[in-house]
Amino acid sequence: MTREAAAERLIETMRDIFDENDLEYDDALTADDVEGWDSLSHVRFLIAVEKEFKFRFTSGEIDGLKNVGEALDIIVKRGQ
Amino acid sequence: MNSPVSLSWLLPQPANFRARVRSLQTAEAPDPSELRRLAAFDLDLTGLDALRKLVAAKRDWLVGSVGLTPFKLGIVSSHTVDYLAAALPGSALRHGLVLDVTIADYGQVAQQVLDPNSTFGQAKFDAVLIALDHISLGLNEPRFNAKDAEAAVESAIGYLSGLAEGVRNTLGVTCILQTLVPPTDPLFGNFDARFSGSVRAMISKFNDRLLAEVAAETDLVVDLASIAATVGLAIWNDARDWHKAKLPAAMDATPFYAEHLSRILGAARGKSSKCLVLDLDNTLWGGVIGDDGLEGIKLGQGSSTGEAFLAIQRYALTLRQRGIVLAVCSKNDESNARLPFNEHPEMLLKGDHIAVFVANWQDKANNIREIAATLNIGIDSLVFLDDNPVERGLVREVLPEVCVPEVTEDPADYPGILARAGYFEAVGISSEDLKRADYYQANAERISLKKIGNLEEYLASLEMVATISPFDSVGRVRIAQLINKSNQFNLTTRRYTESEVAHMESDPAKFCIQVRLVDRFGDNGMISVIIFDKGELDWRCDTWLMSCRVLGRRVEELVLAHVAEAARAAGASRLIGVYLPTKKNGMVAEHFGKLGFERIAESPDGATEWALDLASYKAPQLPLTIIVGKSEAVLETVPE
Repeated sequence: MTREAAAERLIETMRDIFDENDLEYDDALTADDVEGWDSLSHVRFLIAVEKEFKFRFTSGEIDGLKNVGEALDIIVKRGQ
Repeated sequence: MNSPVSLSWLLPQPANFRARVRSLQTAEAPDPSELRRLAAFDLDLTGLDALRKLVAAKRDWLVGSVGLTPFKLGIVSSHTVDYLAAALPGSALRHGLVLDVTIADYGQVAQQVLDPNSTFGQAKFDAVLIALDHISLGLNEPRFNAKDAEAAVESAIGYLSGLAEGVRNTLGVTCILQTLVPPTDPLFGNFDARFSGSVRAMISKFNDRLLAEVAAETDLVVDLASIAATVGLAIWNDARDWHKAKLPAAMDATPFYAEHLSRILGAARGKSSKCLVLDLDNTLWGGVIGDDGLEGIKLGQGSSTGEAFLAIQRYALTLRQRGIVLAVCSKNDESNARLPFNEHPEMLLKGDHIAVFVANWQDKANNIREIAATLNIGIDSLVFLDDNPVERGLVREVLPEVCVPEVTEDPADYPGILARAGYFEAVGISSEDLKRADYYQANAERISLKKIGNLEEYLASLEMVATISPFDSVGRVRIAQLINKSNQFNLTTRRYTESEVAHMESDPAKFCIQVRLVDRFGDNGMISVIIFDKGELDWRCDTWLMSCRVLGRRVEELVLAHVAEAARAAGASRLIGVYLPTKKNGMVAEHFGKLGFERIAESPDGATEWALDLASYKAPQLPLTIIVGKSEAVLETVPE
């Protein structure tokens, strides 16, 4: 899976989760940039990513995420 | 293979779900059918969250135009329930409720339920859920002698009992309890089951005592241990999600949890289905009776297919025993359709078990409408089981109120799918439930008998005996059921919980009666419930409802005569009737007028008020014998 293809699927998932159709992918994107991204929707987001890419984040990965780019790195490495 | 946390009896969430919710939300005249279709998908957390927002934005429309019932739920918990709370309003739409959920601040369990001045004390909920986990109850560490184990369970039970009493007495609302989910992993292994100090054994003991000692009759119990076991403990219990967010169950099991909780709330409000409508070919037997003939259809011992269909029939019969009405809706010539019922030796279902039998070549949606009309129940209380995806699709499209389980290709799965779908969820069982299916049978006979005499003769021939008693604890479950289920013959459609009914039994300001009716075909059970507020001069009608099974039997007149006599004896001069219109109770709009009341007021929403002058009222001659019950056991005949 290329990083570009994964980013495309990831942003589509995020548009759905955060209910924002205009969201564009950016490595530096964080919760501060997205209106519907709060602590509640954050966990929904992780679950949705796991379902879409068929893998499971470890506790350490969840704690360490700083922006969308880091999530994408993990997805490219471990997702399908 | 479906995921164990999916609601596999529902269709999967479509890709355009969010867009459909949005267009419903922005529509000028939103379509109630579209709402029902959207709620009937197997939704993930995001889908449920979209519905939660819709519920918040469209509350008035959902209650006023769609006709759903508002319900206010409070949750106190020892863990994170925010996700559950967010998933509940969407799930509850499936069960006829517009749910409003409030959660107590973390760690505020006791403060909220034991203090009448707390937020919860002031909130006027319909029910409060106490959601505790075994960690908060001190049952997460093993105890290495039997005494300590017992003391640990004792203390946990004591704590929960206190909270439950707080909900019932201090908050004065229905209390919802949960059993504890056992741990996935053992300490010793198999020996855990035999060692009273193991976490598994202590939780098991706690659950037994919760059911036997803590749960009051008026409480609701969510059997979370069984719900988790259905999914699988290894999936339900999720260490990472607990560490991450103090979630009591795996995050993606939340919709499953919310569905089960909504179900029991719906059942408490009388929203459960009442009738199972069965297709025949390839649903009750293998093959097509019209083509394969009596010898050709697959049914009975000896083949796995034949046994699978037998199991479906056995399950339907069990449902019938607990009060679910069975009907048949098949595309067939009627003579062919009835052939197996009459002549196939392996059939467990007989013609006698089917209250309405419809076999013709018309479309099934029309036939299902007909079945509901014949049984005099709402279309939304039907479940339709059919192996044919085209028929299922048609009924879902035309009649989205009907529950249509999505089934697999394998008939062996059908009973499990029906059971897990929970359409017939109950919060109690009354003796009426156990006899209900027979009532409908007897009623069908009555309908055919009615065709041959005139009405007066017919009524006289029924040899009806009505028993009128004050509310009592024996009738309580059934009274609450009627109050929550009756939609059509219900003047005010006010819903009361079992505990509210219990309070009314001893309330001197209320005149509350229950009416039972026996005729020569059998016992109809409790068929009418009436509540009047006793004023000095005016007695005002709070609730007047009757089962549609006994329409046209002059029971209303009998009830009025009884209330009028009691009011007169108490020195009152008028009875005041109240009619509050809903989508379903149009049939009683003129109820008070027909009984001789004068209309005295009408408000813009169609509500009407009526008065009956007791001085000039004279009780009519009725074709019923009346027995007035004074208390639970002693009955005495009143001379005519």
